[in-house]
Amino acid sequence: MGRKLLLEHINVPGINTLEVYRQKGGYRAVEKALKTLTPDEVVEEVKKSGLRGRGGAGFPTGMKWSFLAKPEGVARYLVCNADESEPGTFKDRYLMTYIPHALIEGMIVASFALGAKTSYIYVRGEMMPQIRILEKAIAEAKAAGFLGKNILGTGYDLELYVQLGGGAYICGEETALLESLEGKRGNPRIKPPFPAIAGLYGCPTVVNNVESIAAVVPIINDGGDEYAKVGIGRSTGTKLISASGNLVKPGVYEIELGLPVEEFIYSDEYCGGIANGKRLKATVAGGSSVPILPANLTLKYANGEPRLMSYESLSEGGFATGTMMGSGGFIAFDEDQCIVRNTWNFARFYHHESCGQCSPCREGTGWLEKILHRIEYGHGKMSDIELLWDVQRKIEGNTICPLGDAAAWPVASAIRHFRDEFEWHVKEPVKSLSSNYGIANYAVPIEKKVEEVKQDNI
Amino acid sequence: MLKVEETQPVEFSSVLLANFDEIVSRYPEGKQKSALLPILHLVQAEFGWTSPLAMDKVAEYLNIEPIEVYEVASFYSMYFLQPKGKYVLEVCRTGPCCLVGAEKIMDHIESKLGVKEGEVTEDGLFSWRGVECLAACGYAPVLQIGPEYTFYENLTEQSVDQLIDDLRKK
Repeated sequence: MGRKLLLEHINVPGINTLEVYRQKGGYRAVEKALKTLTPDEVVEEVKKSGLRGRGGAGFPTGMKWSFLAKPEGVARYLVCNADESEPGTFKDRYLMTYIPHALIEGMIVASFALGAKTSYIYVRGEMMPQIRILEKAIAEAKAAGFLGKNILGTGYDLELYVQLGGGAYICGEETALLESLEGKRGNPRIKPPFPAIAGLYGCPTVVNNVESIAAVVPIINDGGDEYAKVGIGRSTGTKLISASGNLVKPGVYEIELGLPVEEFIYSDEYCGGIANGKRLKATVAGGSSVPILPANLTLKYANGEPRLMSYESLSEGGFATGTMMGSGGFIAFDEDQCIVRNTWNFARFYHHESCGQCSPCREGTGWLEKILHRIEYGHGKMSDIELLWDVQRKIEGNTICPLGDAAAWPVASAIRHFRDEFEWHVKEPVKSLSSNYGIANYAVPIEKKVEEVKQDNI
Repeated sequence: MLKVEETQPVEFSSVLLANFDEIVSRYPEGKQKSALLPILHLVQAEFGWTSPLAMDKVAEYLNIEPIEVYEVASFYSMYFLQPKGKYVLEVCRTGPCCLVGAEKIMDHIESKLGVKEGEVTEDGLFSWRGVECLAACGYAPVLQIGPEYTFYENLTEQSVDQLIDDLRKK
């Protein structure tokens, strides 16, 4: 069993209430931070922990905090990014649903560290049930003296509010989120200035993902050094992985970073293998934006060494043979899935979600969707594959925010690793409508784990 | 819920206005525009959609230009700019849901309700549409129904039939 730092008590009945959460040691981090540490000492612990942003970018959280400008007489803000919308990612929903006080507690400690007197949790509007859960938890925390004026008699004041989004993937980008929080369209801002200098209402602001904020609680409880002992190399601590697709047991799992990918997919402690006894064809390891990998490269590097669930290991080999940790949205595709259809689906998603501000993204995502649609529906030409490559290359790196890259990478990686499947769709337009290309040459067939287990038992 | 037509005046009840006031109190003075998205959700829950007249009233309440409300309501996918059925079934149609049959579920809903995506059934009860990732990929296929945004997970054709029949009886 891997160590659990966030979900240790997730199965305790009533853990969503303040009473049970406290019985299990909840709000110790608030007491410790506010009563025994200075704000800078809290930042220092988070720096020592090596915690990296859990929303997708993986930027060190402590360093992000230390960039916050602190001009005299200007308000500072902490905004939690709970606009979870990356296809394949649902860990923040899980955390907020079942253990909301972990987020509230983290918000109080982090706000104290940053000197914020008002903090917001920006939740995507579709998560109305989670919004009600958070509001109830905030009311409980306030009644118990953990929020409001003079928290625990320390003189520190904090108000915490939940803000509703309106249904826009782009608002997960931190400057778009701030625009949205100001009541505007979610158009990302040009950086610099970064939010640490001019964020919400032009004031210094830190935006952190739900899981990053919740991770501050064990970091303060046990110390940054202890947290850094968990995990592997520069991938410290634990990570929530959202597992979906054709798996026996999809769901949210807390893993110690460094777990072998093979163990994550096939062991009964985690996903339990591929559903319906099928074979694994491909995975998207970190949410829809990261490159798709065929099964063989998912489990092993190009040189045959096992791949691990960590920031470094998942990106080993660069985009040629690797992928990214991203937000930890792990999507598994079985042998019956069509890569072209999935790539078209993702391209449609990015086209729908492009804010329209930058031409390469606004127009390019539309072209990607159109070209992929015609290949999928039997009207593609061989030159369309080159055209797709050309369009994605012209989007990548040419936009204000990373949505352009996020739209380009899935297309580029699908062509890179599964080109023969695209060509088959062009050559066999009728057949490809009624049947699938299958597991193919590029994905070295993986033995069915079920059979292996049986052999072990004999 | 669908009784509101553009020609009818929109009145915000005192309860609704009190809720607006509470939301505005969450932001610094002069930053009341931050309340726009939450207020539009309340308006939609009350009237079933965000009609132009309702948006004008919101602009007046927040002391901003009407265009500032329209541009927001038209940017975000959750706000309905046209009347919908009483129950809008929003089915996730993004990658992970499609790996486990979301497209079949949408086809089934279309034939069961007898209306195309975005249309309203004759009795005014139902609309349906495909929406992008709802962040529930591990429980796919999924759909949600506003204004409470109740979630229905691991959908099958049978569970969808049951859900629609239950809503009809309500």
